[in-house]
Order: sequence, then C-alpha cells, then structure tokens
Amino acid sequence: MHHSIEIDNLSFAYPDGHPALRQVCLHIQPGEKVALVGPNGAGKSTLILHLNGILTGKGDICIAGLPVIKQNLGLVRARVGMVFQNPDDQLFSPTVYEDVAFGPLYQGLPVAEVKSRVAEALSVVNMLEYAQRVSHHLSMGEKKRIAIATVLSMRPEVLVLDEPTAGLDPRARRSLINLLDELPLTMLVSTHDMLMVRDLFPRTVIMDEGCIVADGPTGKLLQDEALLNTHGLEKP
Amino acid sequence: MHVHFLDPYRSGQSPIHRLDARVKFVLTLAFILTAALTPPGAWPVYILLFALVLAVEIFSEIGVGFVLKRAMLAFFFILAALPVIFTIPGPALFHLPLGAWTLTASLPGVERFLSIAMKSWVSIQAAILLATTTTFPELMTAMRAVRIPRLLVAIFGLMWRYLFVLADEALRLMRARQARSGYAGQPGLKPGGSLAWRGRVAGGMVGNLFLRAFERSDRIYMAMLARGYDGEMRLEPLPDLSNRSWLVLLVSMGMLVVLLAFALLFWA
Amino acid sequence: MYLTNLLSPAPMHIPDGFLSVIVSVLLWIVSIAAVAYALKRVNQDLGERQVPLMGVLAAAIFAGQMLNFTVAGGTSGHLMGAAIATILLGPWAAVLVMTTVVGVQALVFQDGGLLALGANIFNMAVVGVAVSYFVYQTVYRLSRGQRWGIFVGGFLAAWTSIEIAALATGLELAISGTSPANLAIPAMGGIHAIIGIGESLITLGALAFIYATRPDLLGAGQKQVTGGKTLWVVGLVIAVALAIASPLASSHPDGLEWVAGQKGFLDTARGPLFQIIPDYVLPGVTNEALATILAGILGTLIVFGMALVVAYTRRNRSTPNQ
Repeated sequence: MHHSIEIDNLSFAYPDGHPALRQVCLHIQPGEKVALVGPNGAGKSTLILHLNGILTGKGDICIAGLPVIKQNLGLVRARVGMVFQNPDDQLFSPTVYEDVAFGPLYQGLPVAEVKSRVAEALSVVNMLEYAQRVSHHLSMGEKKRIAIATVLSMRPEVLVLDEPTAGLDPRARRSLINLLDELPLTMLVSTHDMLMVRDLFPRTVIMDEGCIVADGPTGKLLQDEALLNTHGLEKP
Repeated sequence: MHVHFLDPYRSGQSPIHRLDARVKFVLTLAFILTAALTPPGAWPVYILLFALVLAVEIFSEIGVGFVLKRAMLAFFFILAALPVIFTIPGPALFHLPLGAWTLTASLPGVERFLSIAMKSWVSIQAAILLATTTTFPELMTAMRAVRIPRLLVAIFGLMWRYLFVLADEALRLMRARQARSGYAGQPGLKPGGSLAWRGRVAGGMVGNLFLRAFERSDRIYMAMLARGYDGEMRLEPLPDLSNRSWLVLLVSMGMLVVLLAFALLFWA
Repeated sequence: MYLTNLLSPAPMHIPDGFLSVIVSVLLWIVSIAAVAYALKRVNQDLGERQVPLMGVLAAAIFAGQMLNFTVAGGTSGHLMGAAIATILLGPWAAVLVMTTVVGVQALVFQDGGLLALGANIFNMAVVGVAVSYFVYQTVYRLSRGQRWGIFVGGFLAAWTSIEIAALATGLELAISGTSPANLAIPAMGGIHAIIGIGESLITLGALAFIYATRPDLLGAGQKQVTGGKTLWVVGLVIAVALAIASPLASSHPDGLEWVAGQKGFLDTARGPLFQIIPDYVLPGVTNEALATILAGILGTLIVFGMALVVAYTRRNRSTPNQ
C-alpha cells in the first residue's frame, strides 16, 4: 500500500530568487486528514502547487505512487483534486454544470458518463438543483461548494484545499466543515481557521519560512502555546 | 504568486537611472529615428550606433547580457525580412538550390537584410534601456511632457495599476484550468476535448476576467467619487528640466545629428 | 522559459527597423488623428466614468491576452481583443483601450517598436476596431436584435479584425521594401486566417459568458453612437480596400515597388543629398578611406563626449537628483 502523498526534500525558489520552500519532507497516508497551518508567506500555497505539477521544484514528489514528473502530469491531475482559495478564479464557465463537467470532458469521457459524474459530484456537495445556474450570481458559500464539486467530478484520490473557510459567514462555514467531515478522501487543507483544525483534522503540520517546523497530532500541537506564537499562530 | 517579475524595471542608482525621464524618452525616440534614417550599407555608422547604445548599457549597470538577451524578442520578426536577400536585384553573391528553383542572393539584398537587422537590433536595445531604467510613473511624466492628453495618460496610469492585479487573476484562472486538466488513464480515451471546446473555455475565462474587471472598475469609480473625483484629472505641474538635463539632451542630440549627417553624406 | 511564454510577441506587432520612415510617420499622423477624435467622443459620451472603466478594461485585455489555449502540439491561440473591446465598450472607447494596450506593450515590454508604434496602433486600435464595428453592427442589425446576431456577429467581427489588420501589416512591410509583397501579404493573410479562428473562438466564449451573467454589459456595442455611421463606412472601406489591394499587391509586387519607389517610400539608394565632398579630397585618398578615417575620429569623439558627460554627472552623485 502506497502513501497518498510523498514529498521528499522539496526545494523551490521563485524567479526573483526568493526561496519559498526549503527541503520539505511530508508523507501522508491514504485516508488521512491533515491540516497545513502557518503564517502568510510560509510557503503553504507554494507547496500545494507542487502537488499537481503546476510548480516544479527540486526534490521528489509522488502522488498515489505516481512520481510527479512531466510525463505523468495528466494522470496526476486526475488524482489530485485541487481547490484554490478564490472560487471566482475557478468557476470560469457560464453555468455550474459546465464548470463541474470540465474535468471529465477534458479527460475525454463519453457524454453519458460525464452527466452522471456531474450529478454525483453536485449531490455530494448538496448543490444538485444548481446545475443550470450561473456561477457568478451565487453566494460565496455556494461558490465554494461548487468549486469542490468541480474537482470531485474527476474522482480524485486526494483532495487539497487552500483556505476553504476564508470569507464565509458562520452558517456557510459550518456547512462546509460538515461537508469536509463527510468526504472519505485523503485531505490536505491549508488554513488559518484553527477551530476547524481542532475539530476536523487529527494531524497538523506547521510551516514557517519555507520549512516544516512541526508535524504531529493536532491535540498535542495546539496545546503548545509557545510553539504556536513563535510561528504567528494563536491557540484556538 | 505574483507576476511582478513581468515588470522589466530594475532599480538602480546609475547615471542613466537618475537621468530625467523626459530626456530619456526623447533621446530613445531620437536614437531610433537616427537608426531608421541611416541608409543601408552604412556599416561604420551602424557600428557606432551599437557602440553608443552599448556605452549606455554599461553606464546603466543593468547588465549587457540581460539587455542583449531581451533584445532577442525581435529576432523572430527578422524572418519576415529574410526573402529580401533574394529579391533585390544586383550582382549575385551565392546560389541556393531549393528543389526546382534556384534562389540567387544579391549583394544589395544581403546588405539590405543586414541593415534591417542592425536597425532593429540597436533600436530594441534602446527601448529596453528606457524600460529598465525608468519607472512607469516616470514614463507617464515623459508622456505628459510630449503633450499626450491628460485623459489618455490617466488611462495608462490606471491600466498600469491594475495590470498586475488582473494578470494575477488570469494566472490563477489558468492554474485552475491546469489543475482540472487530467488524464483518466483509460485506453481509448482522447484527452483535451475538441479544439472548439478548448477555445470556448478560454473565451469563458476571458469573459470571467472582463466581467470582474467591469465590477472592479465600478468599485474604483466609487472610491474616486468618495475622494472628490469629478471627471477631470488634476495633476501636479511638471518641474522644469535641470541644466544638467538640458546639457545631456543637447549633447546627445548633437551626437546623433552628427552621426546621421555623416551617414547621409557618405551613403545616401 | 515562463517569461517568454507570457510575452511571446504576436506576429502583428512590428518592431523598429522594418518600416520605412515615411510609412511610419504617415501612420503616426493618422493614428494621432484617430485617437484625438476618439478622445473627444469619449469625453462627450461616457462622462466621468471613463477613466476607471477604460483603464481597468485595458488591463483586462492585456491580462486576457495571456489566456491561451492549445491549438496543436506546442502552438497556442490567444486574443488580440479589438473585437471584444468594441462590442463591450463601443468603438471610441475601444480605440483608446487598444491604444493603451499596444502602447504599454511597446513601451514597457518591447512588443512592437517605438517608431513603429504609430503603425501598430493604426493596425490594431484603428483598423481592428473600425472593421470590428462594421462587421458586428452589420450582423447585429441583420438579425434585428436576436441572440444569434450577438454571437455570429462577434465571431465574424473577431476573425475579420485579425485578418484585415494582418493584411494591413503585410502591405506596410511590402511598401517599406522590407518584405516582397508576394510573400509578406499572403503569409500574413494566410497565417492570420488561422490565428483569426482562435480569436473568434475566444471572443465567442467571452460573449457567451457575459451574455449568461451580465447581458446588460453588451448594450454598449449595440447602440448607435455619434459618428457611428461614419465609422461604419470607414470600417467598410478599410476592409474592402485591404481585401482588394492585398491580392493585387501580392500578384504585382514589381508594380507595388514601382509605385512605392516613385513616391519615395522605399529606402533604396538615392543620390547624395548634396555634392559636398567631391570624389577626391586629397590626392591619392579615396572617399572610402576618408570615410573610414572620419568614422574612427567620430567614434573616439563620441566615446570621449559620453565619458565627459558621465563624469560630470557622477561627480555630483552625492547630491540628490532634481
């Protein structure tokens, strides 16, 4: 049985020379739900972008046993469902249906299969009635759910989310947390929402200045106030 | 993730950086005009023009290698001028058998081609120097100085301010698309969809970008109104050019005029 | 490299050195006149909203040009934007927006030359917009305001704007003597007939998105504007003229060069401006040798002069610049 995510000695610097990741190592088992926390600029988003090859750094990454190298990118992207912070940047089709259908359509699946995948994905996020709606007019909470549906339709093995609860009102937030709780997929979630971390994620990884500074059981890490404060975090 | 590395400006304290933007702007245009007016075949002048721009590159401390590498951008357009080697009549230089035809290169043809290449090459270096040593706000003062209407300059300014913001959005749209562009790995499936579908998806992304741009411009307009905007762009008056700036301007223009006169007298 | 991917120069932005000075200057004059008129119209029609709207839309078009899609293998299609700008903003604002886009591309990113900027503005901001306006208005009115008019009109306007602008570019290169007419014009026309399809697809997709989300935004391109009839005629004339002139020029390249030569457009060798220097200045010294010697002296003087200027400015480095 292979790990879902294996990152070994990953380093990356942006074109302007700024080193964003330094020798990052992270292994995540299938089914694990892991929270990625740290101050802004720690490298969380940069790390996430390496998981499906959008950024390429030095080091090795394997997703579900597949090395993330140029030849495998197509297959890797089908296995990693990546949801970015701002849903407006991801809902680029006129209707909800078309956005959720993009993944399967791109893969070349037959139309009947595409239809059933879309229905399946939208049901999981409880947005089945929204299929013909225009994404642009939906609320933030609704858009975030649709954004998750757009990757679920690819039936990924791993779900990676960047700040899922940012900008949500309490009701939408609770609804999203319940949704994430129900999904059986392996999950890596980058977030500032420490309450959600405490409630949902058994394992927490703290990043700062491009390195992983702590990696362990959430309960234990969140008790260590000194550690949290050093890295710009607050105890929930 | 920012696309700020798109901005070619490199900060510095060189004499070129510190030169008034209006002078730099005018001199860049004068230099390009000089290169354009230099007749084909005036090799010493082309070499002197190159020496001139190279000197400025060195003084600017930008890095000659950087400028020359960026100058390669115009390289591919050179292909458009390649045929001129074979189509201008004159004493033959060499023959190129091409299937059933034989192309004959002429001396005036080669001369013409190389002249175009030189003009283009030194001109783009001058333009690169202007862009790398002058911030965009400074370029806008140069625009005002050459009497470009305030309204147009204001549009330039707002475009510049939001260029990188929107370029970031475009980048994130492309990343979102990339992230959902996967292969199922099943035999018999052709990934990528049809060309028309891909084009429409790209169009949808453009539409998304434009829509958000419209709504952003509404918000900006409200912020401007809140600060008293009434449609007229009121800008501070431009300071006078210092004596030093006048000196640089006149001496440089003088050099260009002499070079051009030399070129026209001997090679026109 | 990432950078070159984002900045791949479109084959329509002419760099410096490729157009003769006369062609460049003439097109500068035409462009300045067109932009000045557009400024006047925009001032009267749009009022105070204009600056933020046009500035941000210009940024959007520039950013939109980055959004490509794979055509085949390594090539990709992407947007120029004259058509979509015309449909969303109306023709006069579109002229200003495209002018700013082309201007920033030249000034900051060296995508297109500075002397050639007049020609590039003419091709993309004036011809591109005029032809888009002509095609879109025609199709839209033919459809009597029905939905298909927007999409078919947009699709055709996009393709035509690219194709006609490309023909104009080819013609300008031919008249300048940079590229033979029977090569430049068919090449530009042929390549852009394909590229134009990319523009059409993207424009269509953008229109579909906007129609679905904010159909009210499509109003600007549909209504009658002041000066609209004139512009429509201008667009028609440009499109037809270039469509006819181009095949004509490419099949009679010698004729084109003869005309261009007669009008003095070509950079071919002319007689010296005035016979200041007789064939021999000094006995035994030819003009060529003299030229070389003079070149050497001039070169030394230039270097010396520059060093002086730099030393003068450097000396005062400690004082703040004015």
